Amino acid sequence: MSALDLTGPAAHGRTYWVLADCWNIVRRGLTHYRRQPVNIAWQLGFPILSVLLYGYVFGSAMKVPGGGDYQDFLMPGMFVMTMAFGFINTATVVVYDSTKGVIDRFRSMPMASSAVVAGRGVTDLVVACAELAIMMLTALAMGWRPDGGWGFLAAFGLLLWLRFALIWIGVWLGLLVPNPEAAGGLFAVAFPLTMISSIFVAPQLMPDWLGWVAAWNPISSTAAAARDLFGTPVGGGDSWVEQHALLMAGVWPLVLTAVFLPLAVRRFQRLSR
Amino acid sequence: MNDGYAVRAEALEKRYGEKRALDGFDLAVREGTVHGLLGPNGAGKTTAVRILSTLVRLDGGRATVAGLDVARQAREVRARIGLTGQYAAVDEVLTGRQNLEMFGRLFHLGGRRARARATELLERFDLTDAADKGVGGYSGGMRRRLDLAASMILAPAVLFLDEPTTGLDPRSRGEVWEAVRALVADGTTVLLTTQYLEEADKLASRITVIDQGRAIADDTPDGLKNLVGGDRIEVVVAERSDVPRAVKVVARVADGEPESDDTELRVHAPVSDRVAALTEVARTLQDEGVRVEDIGLRRPSLDDVFLRLTGHRTDVARTKEAAA
Repeated sequence: MSALDLTGPAAHGRTYWVLADCWNIVRRGLTHYRRQPVNIAWQLGFPILSVLLYGYVFGSAMKVPGGGDYQDFLMPGMFVMTMAFGFINTATVVVYDSTKGVIDRFRSMPMASSAVVAGRGVTDLVVACAELAIMMLTALAMGWRPDGGWGFLAAFGLLLWLRFALIWIGVWLGLLVPNPEAAGGLFAVAFPLTMISSIFVAPQLMPDWLGWVAAWNPISSTAAAARDLFGTPVGGGDSWVEQHALLMAGVWPLVLTAVFLPLAVRRFQRLSR
Repeated sequence: MNDGYAVRAEALEKRYGEKRALDGFDLAVREGTVHGLLGPNGAGKTTAVRILSTLVRLDGGRATVAGLDVARQAREVRARIGLTGQYAAVDEVLTGRQNLEMFGRLFHLGGRRARARATELLERFDLTDAADKGVGGYSGGMRRRLDLAASMILAPAVLFLDEPTTGLDPRSRGEVWEAVRALVADGTTVLLTTQYLEEADKLASRITVIDQGRAIADDTPDGLKNLVGGDRIEVVVAERSDVPRAVKVVARVADGEPESDDTELRVHAPVSDRVAALTEVARTLQDEGVRVEDIGLRRPSLDDVFLRLTGHRTDVARTKEAAA
């Protein structure tokens, strides 16, 4: 029936196929962006618009505790926000794949099922790198001047580390919500979560209780650590969590991963029930 | 090893909370045939297919596909089956070709063979012209054909078609049927779930009827049709007083005793020579001055099969009645 030899795959070990399957899922994810470049423009549109709005419109009216330029303070916050909103993209793709039956097709195939989730994660990290690069170029064009060298790379790494942790929240939510429309509603949850943080305004400028919540918001630690490493104004803060931003920028994503990776895996396994 | 059976299920059990989706379900599908699994929504068809295609674990019983145990040899089973679900499980953003190449690589064909196989299947399923267009712009029939092509990448021993034509227009439905026939000609065994007796009749050489998680009949399409009595003529008259006269007229062309319903003013009976019976009845009723509200031929539906087999109607029909 086919001119091709379709008998079994070439002889390779199991690890080889897990990696090969994972790469093919990544390839699929990246092809999506290539076929719909407007999607990545859309994902970047909001942070870039925020940079322009907050930077130029409110810039002169906003204060940074301890002095410094608000635009310099804002830019790392924008990077964090883009990473934070990323979980919505993860969830949207996952809910779409699971409700349309794409995940079922993968599961009915002799491929490694772990590659379905792992491939999603790697795709999101690759896209996050592209997003960060584009945003940083925008920021540089607007006059943002970070310190270079290892500090810069470390900040970049911490931003990706946060995005990595949020992949699992995205996968978990994507398998939890019933339809793609519901995934759209996640934005309404994510928006206040990013506002009540140090992304736009230093927590110490907020009412006490709100400032406390904002300081303990996991994304605030990444923002503060990135600001510190970029050599841009940090915005101070006396609380323990703000004093240990670098440590917490490492710990928070680890905690999130420890909680949500098993939850996501369990959700995925529950598809067989 | 599998005694000429491509699929065997014995006493399958699946519970979702209190609900027994499958309750001692048996099935035997001969190699190289199309086997219909016929039942209304919620009867357990999809659950059965999901268990046999290794997507869902069974709670009890035993099932083999291509001689392999679905619970213990899931990965081996997966290398020998194709699955086409109710929702076309293809990627809508990618093109048809990109879809088939991706699935080919995930079936571990390697890049070169995956590309060649994609070209081959696109041609075979008449999708070459649309190969490099996004699937989002495909018609329902094209999408379903692509879905079939994706299920056929490894030329599987067993293909599960879960309601492959639900939601398709008649033309697309015909296209899918054509594609399925071609697959079987190549030696693939097909397990087809459907809500349409007509579809099962057109494609399957044997049909299992499922109700409330259990197989309630297993027969050839002809056997099932004999059970419900084939095509029927149906007349609805305007006046109750005309019902007996209509019964008499219908009786002349009918193969069996006409049945009548005094409240709905309906008379119906099985017929074999369909068109002749219809013209004869219409003319005679007109000659006798009987006012006819409606007259027509009705093919037996799944509902008729159910009524005969179980004494109750399908849930869909019951809901309709309750609403009326």
